[in-house]
Amino acid sequence: MPAERLLPTTEAEDLLALARDIAREELAPLAGEFEAAERFPREQFRLLGKSGLLGLPYPERWGGGDVTYEVYLQVLEELATAWMSVGVGLSVHTMSCFALAYYGTDEQRERWLPGMLGGDLLGAYALSESHAGSDAAALSTRAVRDGDRYLVTGAKAWITHGGKADFYTTMVRTGEKDAAGGKGSGISCLLVDADTPGLSAAPPERKMGMTASTTSQLLFEGAPVGADRLIGGEGTGLKIALDSLASGRLGIAACSVGLAQAALDEAVAYAKQRTQFGKSIIEFQGVEFLLADMAAAVESSRATYLEAARRKDRGLPFARQASIAKLVATDAAMKVTTDAVQVLGGAGYTKDFPVERYMREAKVPQIFEGTNQIQRMVIARELRKG
Amino acid sequence: MTNIVVLVKQVPDTYSERKLSETDHTLDRESADAVLDEINERAVEEALKIKEAGEGEVTVVCVGPDRATDAIRKALSMGADKAVHVSDPALHGSDVLATAKVIAAAIQRVEGVDLVIAGNESSDGGAGAVPAILAELLGLPQLTHAHHVNVEGSAIKVDRETADEGLTHLEASLPALVSVTEKINEPRYPSFKGIMAAKKKPVETLTVGDLGVDAGEVGLANAWSSVVESAPKPPRSAGVRVEDEGDGGTKVAEYLVGQKLI
Repeated sequence: MPAERLLPTTEAEDLLALARDIAREELAPLAGEFEAAERFPREQFRLLGKSGLLGLPYPERWGGGDVTYEVYLQVLEELATAWMSVGVGLSVHTMSCFALAYYGTDEQRERWLPGMLGGDLLGAYALSESHAGSDAAALSTRAVRDGDRYLVTGAKAWITHGGKADFYTTMVRTGEKDAAGGKGSGISCLLVDADTPGLSAAPPERKMGMTASTTSQLLFEGAPVGADRLIGGEGTGLKIALDSLASGRLGIAACSVGLAQAALDEAVAYAKQRTQFGKSIIEFQGVEFLLADMAAAVESSRATYLEAARRKDRGLPFARQASIAKLVATDAAMKVTTDAVQVLGGAGYTKDFPVERYMREAKVPQIFEGTNQIQRMVIARELRKG
Repeated sequence: MTNIVVLVKQVPDTYSERKLSETDHTLDRESADAVLDEINERAVEEALKIKEAGEGEVTVVCVGPDRATDAIRKALSMGADKAVHVSDPALHGSDVLATAKVIAAAIQRVEGVDLVIAGNESSDGGAGAVPAILAELLGLPQLTHAHHVNVEGSAIKVDRETADEGLTHLEASLPALVSVTEKINEPRYPSFKGIMAAKKKPVETLTVGDLGVDAGEVGLANAWSSVVESAPKPPRSAGVRVEDEGDGGTKVAEYLVGQKLI
């Protein structure tokens, strides 16, 4: 049963219908095969681009769709229901455009943003390093000013679309951490073109799930990046990074709800047609209560991310709500996908059914874009402030 | 400059369960999601291709209840320029003759039509007769069951393919009417920009009276055929099981011959 949505306008309804058509006809039929073959869906991202879905929540002036987060996130959810790697990829792309869209100068936006939002290009976001994960401010990739350019040296880690993206929104160290400047001082944001000499991607990580989505290290060996590609001033990089993540988390929450919805749909369909002891297993309280709890988890998670999105759309603070949405939705997706395997029993544990894949895919949203332990720290910090 | 009219129809989604209403055996429109019929998406696509190859305007003509505006908007978001929507409670239950009469009257309101493109049959009624009847009413040459269309100047060439007659090549001068098959093309998805543009495109909404058609000529009561009875499709039966004792192939072939499948 597709998710029931209350959308604000006819255009939003038509946009969601388009997302559902693409999800049903172009994404869902390929997901299993591409995931098994670890094949990156570059053509499918091109189709999203052609359909105008790669720049939805950004201003029309720069080639975006000018839609609210409330609507954009539901598009994302529909795509993730059909194929988690594509949903997460769209969320990462959208986050990688955030720095330029919100912190770039008009001149920089005019030059690069239409290409990034227009559909041909795919983006990536490079913050983490192998020793700087949750402690992002400990990053050590260095950018040294050399005339009108920076020379960048270091290694970024866990980069979604590493080696596949056309541009990398990259956090680098341009100065030392000093006691007076706070922990983020010395970090800057560079918009790096994928064709930059001295930039390469390491072989992809061998992951548990989301195997069609490439994740790799990004190696900078004295890579020259024009100083005109510095977004915001020197030293503003950590603020930009954390700001991007607050919005990105809403994307991950929406994708996780989509994934959980897919698992629920599969479990309900199976429970209706599977008979034991002479009746459908959905007739047994042991199974129907499991399914009811799964539906409750999916729908309450959806309501939670939509509430955070509506706050963002109204210009209200939403960091606490975004972290709560990410925490609740990703934990729910882990539980729902695990229970979907339980409903399908032995069949669910085989690769003949998609639920074991959903279960593997649900694990990483609890980890990336701020582990769920970090989300709790953000939530608690907001409580202390209040 | 080619002025093209495309006929579109809103039908129940083939992904959902479709039913007839119990009272008058007409389509139960509430029971299923309503979508633009896929064959019409292909008709719109063909019109847009012809327009994009040269110059022209694509007008969508739709006969259907108020909610058919959703199907019209889909066609406009794909790139059609404007629409005429005939919506009138008197049309409920109309047969193909009355429907064609109303469509013909609607098309006559569009100026300088060079080409009318329709799907060969709808996925709900499926009579497959409207394009031919309409061509007769409009006095246009009919090039039906097209799987390839080529417009050059004022000439139109069509590859016509049917299961009974195979492939034939048709040629006519414009204005003409074409009906297209599933094989004609792959329809494009609308883009979000197309969706936003669609809401600003003109849609003229008309009643049967506005078209000068007498309400007494349309609707269920005036249909030339009537459905006396209907029953839901029976559930699938278990099928036939063949034990292979070395002659499995023969038994399967005998079964298929018995079903007149080979």
